Amino acid sequence: MMSDGNLDLPEILTGEHFTTGNHATAEGALAVGCKFFGGYPITPSSEIAEHMALRLPRVNGHFVQFEDELASIIGILGARWGGYKSMTATSGPGYSLMVENIGLGMMTETPCVIINVQRGGPSTGLPTLVGQQDIMQTKWGAHGDFEPIVLCPSSVQECFDLAIQAFNYAEQYRLPVTVLMDEILGHMSEKLIIPDKSKIKRVNAKKPNVPPEEYLPYKPDKDLVPPMAIAGDGYNIMVTGLTHDERGYPVLDVETQEKLVRRINDKIRKNKDKIIILEEYMLDDAEIAILSFGSVARAAKGAVNRAREKGIKAGLLRLITIWPFPDERIEALANQVKTILVPEINYGQITREVERAAQGKTNVKGLFKMGTMHNPQEILSEIEKCV
Amino acid sequence: MGRIEIRFAGFGGQGIGLLGRLLGEAVSLYEEGKNSVMTQSYGPESRGGASSTDVVIDTEEIDYPKATELDYFVVLSEEAYQKYIPKLKKGGVLFVEEDLVTLDDQANKAKKIFKIPATKIAETLGSRLFANIAMLGFVYANTEGIVSEEALTQVMKEKIKAKYVEKNLIAFQKGKEYKQE
Repeated sequence: MMSDGNLDLPEILTGEHFTTGNHATAEGALAVGCKFFGGYPITPSSEIAEHMALRLPRVNGHFVQFEDELASIIGILGARWGGYKSMTATSGPGYSLMVENIGLGMMTETPCVIINVQRGGPSTGLPTLVGQQDIMQTKWGAHGDFEPIVLCPSSVQECFDLAIQAFNYAEQYRLPVTVLMDEILGHMSEKLIIPDKSKIKRVNAKKPNVPPEEYLPYKPDKDLVPPMAIAGDGYNIMVTGLTHDERGYPVLDVETQEKLVRRINDKIRKNKDKIIILEEYMLDDAEIAILSFGSVARAAKGAVNRAREKGIKAGLLRLITIWPFPDERIEALANQVKTILVPEINYGQITREVERAAQGKTNVKGLFKMGTMHNPQEILSEIEKCV
Repeated sequence: MGRIEIRFAGFGGQGIGLLGRLLGEAVSLYEEGKNSVMTQSYGPESRGGASSTDVVIDTEEIDYPKATELDYFVVLSEEAYQKYIPKLKKGGVLFVEEDLVTLDDQANKAKKIFKIPATKIAETLGSRLFANIAMLGFVYANTEGIVSEEALTQVMKEKIKAKYVEKNLIAFQKGKEYKQE
């Protein structure tokens, strides 16, 4: 544990650490200015809540363990309207319970972060073993149309970095952002470098630049994102899950629905090139591509290295942003390579998206496992079959 | 140096997890050009009496964070020995607490077997709680190129409660100097 019983620590633990993905995530959140954690502990995410409970009260923050996940997600939405950058952490079963009010966060354009340390499902499934089975839940879980932002780390360092990125996207585009971790990353320890405070980018949602009498809380700027006043700023605010006009008043007609729902989707769609983060490895001359994400992407990279040693032109496209999906990049890749292999710890969730984006221009093959990650040799064997 | 996999195992209360943390951190933070990943037994696997922690060390990026075939197996209890000895690589190295582990035919695949009465050594320092660190010193003395004594000493000073540091450093030295009969 990073605190080692010493609780009088600064907000940002600049320096080198040897720690777990769960603790790195918590520290990333603290580093970017998270001041409220609301959650209900669940394996394998509990160490995030535990660490935030230790750390937050000592850096002028607040920790609430709620009665369940429904209250937790509503709590963090409310906390943000009260002025606190806020987050929760859970796993698949808890995320299922949060889904309804993630939709509320999308509709009310409330910045917040949800960490999902994935385990095996469906239902309570495999509490202590890894999964990547919540990919589609983060996209389609809540009803109605919205464009989520979902990030997916592959190392302890990236757990820290993407916790920061998640908060910054949430603030910039005003929506709940999910980080899809997994049990392996959550519990493994490796090196983490926390930079100096001055090197950590902190984005805050835009504040109104008009006097209170002119402020319309859902009137967007050109970037389609409305400036956000919070309770106590002296502006009238209205927060509702019903279809609302620029004042925030429920207006239940076709025109208002068209305008609002298109905008909350378009603010992400039109900025997706800025939101999508990919890692490309040895793809320039690749004939076989592996598309991977999360802890499995480590093994995928290892498989690429081994394939290259054998003279096989393999490369890796790693999704760091899962949603919005990089359709154009995958289509271009489909025109280049003869096969895209997709190893994932589920029964084909991303494979199906890759097939859709590839539009039949290449062979797409999923490698599915349950409850454990692929090892590099297994992926290499599949690469060799494609040669 | 290629990939190296080390498992420490014993029963709950022996400080097995600490051994993994100390080694993992010493390599990650103080050994130039080496990476390490540490994992601990978790969930149903950690039920029962056996506790284990794995450290994977590599000069390359660690592409697979879990242990697959152990190069080194360091074991401080009979139950843990029986549970994990199948994971030791043929030609791997075995370290045992000789008063707590009874070796059988399964140990034959080891290239070398190092035995130490770590608990008895710890008791001469006033508590069997130092047995884990005595074992760490013994492992350090009988391996090459994994980690330096300076790195291990540094993390012991940082990670062990101040009032126990001195005795643990002595335990480490006693383990390091122990010569197998």
